Parts: sequence; C-alpha cells; structure tokens
Amino acid sequence: MAKAFKQPNPEFAKKVIEAGGNTLNLCFQCGTCTGSCPSGRQTAFRTRKLVRRAQLGLKDDIMDSDDLWLCTTCYTCYERCPRGVEIVDIIMALRNMAVREGKMAPQHRKIAQLVSRTGHLVNLRDEDKALRKKLGLEEIPPTVMQQPEGLEQVKKICSKTGFDKLVAEG
Amino acid sequence: MAEKIGFFLGCIMPMRYPGIESATREVLKSLGVEIVDLKGASCCPAPGVMRSFDQDTWLAIAARNLVIAQELGVDILTICNGCFDTLFESAHKLNNDEKAMKRINNILKDIGMEYKGKTRVRHLVEYLRNEIGVDEISARVKDNGDKKLKGAVFYGCHFLKPSTVKKIDNPERPTIFDDIVEALDVESIDYKDKGSCCGAGGGVRARTPDVALKMTEENLTNMKDADVEVIIDCCPFCHLQFDAGQVELKKYEIPVLHLSQLMGLKFGLDKDKLGLEAHKVPVKLS
Repeated sequence: MAKAFKQPNPEFAKKVIEAGGNTLNLCFQCGTCTGSCPSGRQTAFRTRKLVRRAQLGLKDDIMDSDDLWLCTTCYTCYERCPRGVEIVDIIMALRNMAVREGKMAPQHRKIAQLVSRTGHLVNLRDEDKALRKKLGLEEIPPTVMQQPEGLEQVKKICSKTGFDKLVAEG
Repeated sequence: MAEKIGFFLGCIMPMRYPGIESATREVLKSLGVEIVDLKGASCCPAPGVMRSFDQDTWLAIAARNLVIAQELGVDILTICNGCFDTLFESAHKLNNDEKAMKRINNILKDIGMEYKGKTRVRHLVEYLRNEIGVDEISARVKDNGDKKLKGAVFYGCHFLKPSTVKKIDNPERPTIFDDIVEALDVESIDYKDKGSCCGAGGGVRARTPDVALKMTEENLTNMKDADVEVIIDCCPFCHLQFDAGQVELKKYEIPVLHLSQLMGLKFGLDKDKLGLEAHKVPVKLS
C-alpha cells in the first residue's frame, strides 16, 4: 500500500506564527537556506524541510527530530533568504514549544538549571580563581558571584516566568 | 572620544579565559577608556541556549543586565558575540515592541527594577573602530622587530548578524574587524568560507559536540590551507571552540588569540596580563 500522506495541522502552524514566526508563510521553498547552512553541510539537517514542516504544522516530525537542535543560530539563512523569512526566529519559537512539552536534551537541561541557580552558565573552578588572582583580577568576578542579592533577583525572575519549574528534572 | 563604559563580563571569559578580561582592561586603560564594572550582572543570558528554551526568561534576565548599566549611567561594552547578540537584540526588541516592554517590566517590578529603554550596547570591535579609530590603534603598535604575522580573522556569527538589526557592516564581505587587525600590523589572510560559524552556538556544542567539531574542523582546514599562523577572534565562545576544539580533534596546532590579547601583545603591554597559559593550544608566535 502506498504511504499515507501526513495530515497538515494548521492549528500548530498558527501557534508557531503567534510565537514569533510571523514570516513563516512567506517561504516559497527555494532552498537558499539549506544551501547556506554550515550545520547541514555536516549533517542531514535541511533547513528548508524544517520550515516546510512548520508551514504544514507537522508537529511530531518537528518535535521528535534532531534537526530542530542542529541549528547553531548563525543567521546565514536569515541573511540570504530572498523572501525575508526570519528563520532563526521560527526555530526559536519551535524550540520553546518543544521545551514546554518536556523535550529537552539532558545537557541543555543542565545548563538551564545552572543559569537559574547560579546566574551563570559556566562554573568557577579553583584553577580559574588561581589564574584570575595571578592576572591581578578579583578572584571572584564582580558579577552575581560576588553579589547574593543580585543572584536572588535572577532567581526571582526564573520563578516568576516559571523557568525554574520548566527546566527542573522530569 | 574616550569615556566611561560598563564592561560586561558574561561567563566564558571570566571563568575560562580570564586573560581576555585582563587584556581588555589593560588595553582600554592604555587607550584612555575608563572601565566601570557592572556589579551584580549575570549571564547575558546566552542566545543559543537560553533563548532557545524560553524567550521571555531570556529577555527578562537580559533586561536586568541592561538596567544595571542604566542605573550606573553607562553604555555596555561586550567582548563576546553571544553577550552582544543577547543584550543588543533585547534592547532592540524592548524598544520596538511595546507589549514586550510592558510584559518584561512587569517581571522586573518584582525585583524593584524598570528598564527605561536607553542602554546602548557596544561590541569591542565596533567600539574600537568607531570611537577610538584605526589610526589611534595603529599609532600604539610597538615595533618589536618580528616578522609580520599572518592572521585568520574570525568574525563569528552574532557580531554582525542579523544585519537588519545590527547594521554594523555587510555580513557577507565585512571589513571592520580586518581593518583593526591590519592596523595592528598583522596581515589578514583571506581563506575559504571566512564568514562561517565556529560550530559551537545554538546549544550545538553542548548537545552534539561531534557536529560542532565537524564545523570547527572545516574552518581549521580552510585556515590551514591558507597558511595562517594565528586565529584572531572577537568572541570567547568561538575562542573556546577553536582552542579546545583543536585538542579534541587531535588535529592542527594554530594558536588562538582574542582581539584584546593580540592588542596587548602589539601594544607591548605586560605579557603576564594576557593569561595565555590558559590556552590549550600553546601560543608560540614569531
């Protein structure tokens, strides 16, 4: 039997548009994006296909595929698109939707938790402190690391937007 | 026109390559720019990861950083493409989207802050060209008698792009960074796909490091084919990807310098302030 066609889901496409992908339907599938993509050169990720799936609202194809997370957000496609499709904004909207459905790589969850707990996405190790001191810098950088009340503010933001719960374990 | 500027540190520079931080402080001091610390600032937060996860949290944490500069009455200077992208784009978004400004200020209200939409965000390369000028930079270079270095200038992605918003230089054939490097008496060598991505951004290094490294390797091969002696970047994340990446790939050994470190060397500043010992690829030049 021939493979059944996937049913388009205009409701999902509408949600993508509302979440920041308002140029989505300008795409006429020329493929300039795919031809420009440095990530697609190394992988099977095809930017044009991702945009097409978003236009058709093929939610599962988007959410369950690696492709969504292979974009480095380099903006080359965005710059070259002859139709002015804001492709990176579309990808951001789709990624935000995936995260809200709990679809997030463990490595990404770890980084998100680090930011919401410490205000930074990299930790300060003893060796870093030692080098800072040797260079004549303050051992602890003058950021939230030195300022507990500043860190509390970042935590409050993450609590108010629900980010802390969004990226909490399972 | 030298003045006071708020120095935004971000994460990778102060934690992994603090030499870039001390070099930036020394270089700007020597150019007569007064640095103000943005005390209590946080991660910008990173555009590829944090914006990918939740755009409003990204925007609100960025707005808090913009408010810190606002309260000090200074513009923000970043030496990182990621921090520049987040802070510049956030300021642009808040200034052009009334609903977003209202929504974000409603979040900031809980921490006693309000963003008024006035903080200007600058990138080191653009600041040097437009506020200091290539002639002034060129005049500071100390001739140490060494032969002229061949450098691969690496722009990365988020310094110039999206150009519709940033409006700094043509993203396909930029010259702004090359001009500064040439003013430092380094030859900027053309190499294949010079405007490409290092591979690290968008959460790709964290999630699929092998894919990131393939992109890095392609850049390195193109640089090697052009016989460059040093990679010059303007972003600590590109810097990390090229420096650590060469060790991870077990291939090539091209030294990597951030622009601030190159300026420190060329201005004849104290070498001990450049933190080159943190680099994984030994920095042996000349």
